[in-house]
Amino acid sequence: MRARTSPLPDAVVQSVRKPMTALPPAAWLVVLGLAAVALIAAFLLVDLDGNLAYVLPRRLNRIGAMVLVAVAVGVSTVLFQTVTGNRILTPSIMGLDALYILIQTVLAFALGASTLLTLGAPIRFAVEVTLMVGFSWLLYRWLFTGHGRSLHLLLLVGIVFGVFFRGVSSLLQRLMDPSEFIILQDLFFASFNRVDPMLLLISAVTVTVLCIPAWRLRHRLDVLALGRDTAVGLGVDYRRTVTLVLVICSVLVAVSTALVGPATFFGLLVSALAYQLCNHFRHAVVLPVAVLLGVVALVGGQLVLEQVFAFDTALSIVIEFTGGLVFLVLLLKGRIR
Amino acid sequence: MITISHATKRYGAATVVDDVTCTIPGGGVTSIIGPNGAGKSTLLSLMSRLLPLDAGRVEVDGLDVATTPGKDLARTLSILRQENQLTVRLSVRDLVGFGRFPHNNGRPTTADREHIERALEYLDLTDLADRFVDELSGGQRQRAFIAMVLAQDTGTILLDEPLNNLDMKHSVDMMRLLRRLADDLGKTVVLVIHDINFASCYSDTILAMREGALIHQGTPEEIMTPEVLHRVYDVEIQVEQIRGNRIGVYFA
Repeated sequence: MRARTSPLPDAVVQSVRKPMTALPPAAWLVVLGLAAVALIAAFLLVDLDGNLAYVLPRRLNRIGAMVLVAVAVGVSTVLFQTVTGNRILTPSIMGLDALYILIQTVLAFALGASTLLTLGAPIRFAVEVTLMVGFSWLLYRWLFTGHGRSLHLLLLVGIVFGVFFRGVSSLLQRLMDPSEFIILQDLFFASFNRVDPMLLLISAVTVTVLCIPAWRLRHRLDVLALGRDTAVGLGVDYRRTVTLVLVICSVLVAVSTALVGPATFFGLLVSALAYQLCNHFRHAVVLPVAVLLGVVALVGGQLVLEQVFAFDTALSIVIEFTGGLVFLVLLLKGRIR
Repeated sequence: MITISHATKRYGAATVVDDVTCTIPGGGVTSIIGPNGAGKSTLLSLMSRLLPLDAGRVEVDGLDVATTPGKDLARTLSILRQENQLTVRLSVRDLVGFGRFPHNNGRPTTADREHIERALEYLDLTDLADRFVDELSGGQRQRAFIAMVLAQDTGTILLDEPLNNLDMKHSVDMMRLLRRLADDLGKTVVLVIHDINFASCYSDTILAMREGALIHQGTPEEIMTPEVLHRVYDVEIQVEQIRGNRIGVYFA
């Protein structure tokens, strides 16, 4: 470099920040892809004996749920962080998981928790997803059709809605019969062992359909990440693209939440790790890396819990705990902006 | 050429750009001057469709900025804003490459790569091309963003206070560069600027705004007079002729 153009000595400039890894982004894709495949194979095949017709479909079912959740949470979090220009926010800030809990609570309160469980998973799922998507669509339409309404207002409204939903839920839960409340509480924690095959199929179709526009948007998302003004200057239809992305996000969050309950820290974990690991800004790389990291974390975590520690606790608790720790470390190191 | 007719922008009861009508000639450097809150940056945002007009219309090379698709406009005019903070971490070359987005939709061709290298070279950034933007000094970062705008290869370039946060040397370099863009490459350069003397020395046309209205348009000779400057800034400014340039003296 030319010394005359910089007020800082070379050594100072160059030591500001170093990439965390030496591997190029493509290598990470390969490594994570292989790890994901290996873990899935291990999950399916370890201790595979007895009645195959019984064991294998159950394992496939659980793998399917984990992969779907990894895709939905990874893609929605990365997309959401890009359009909000913030690497700490997650879609849960829009109050979506709180809405999920409210819907469950209201249903349990009105019908009784045991009735809720026997209602039939596909119906429950359809109601929940419809309500959540309807809510987000109304919110976005309302916020984006007025003048001078910014993304920040949208986020604030999301937070207020979240608090409101949580408040109503907690009021209803206090009024509820304690035994009903315990059944209800069990629904709130992510569990990959209880997913209905029918639900899984519907979710798989939904997630696949949503990933097509998300992938096609990848170049525009790269530009959006530069901020609104630059994106508009470079010819991106900002309002249309952001609305589309937010709707995709809300459907993905709705699907994953309805499938296995809220797992919000998980999204933050995979997106932060994806950006840290591959040190790259293109969504064509970050999106698959985030998804693969999600698969590795979920399948690997479940495998370790079952095979090594030989106990079957909720993986979500471990993931949320790890996610929280990683998040704090990143925050303290000032790597997230 | 930029044609502005009855451009108006209001925030609630406050009118920040008030019925501005003018024509900015194609080619050359045009500076917009005026006191704080005169609506200079807002007018520039209206011209670049970063803000929607409340009334009136703006045409850039015959394209109405309100109705022309964003992509077509992005091949006609580029805009460099004052604050350019990136939340993403990317190299100078990647940043400059974004300037080609309106032309290639994110799939760079050989021609795009040539554009990028030319822009880097033009701004003396070739040696810094693989550095991360957040590792650069303020002046270098400003140049990297200008290189992106240059790679966008538009006939019209709008800049909002490009001298902000630059020291004297870098300010002079920046103004010379803008002059070169107009003289060598035939670009239409429009900038918002606070320093009337830079505007005087480097512009072909000066627009003077006050309280949202355009109150004067003319050559530096026409604008750089004590009477006009007093009307614009409400300050007594003596104008001296120094080596062919009109310099306003207002420090004491």
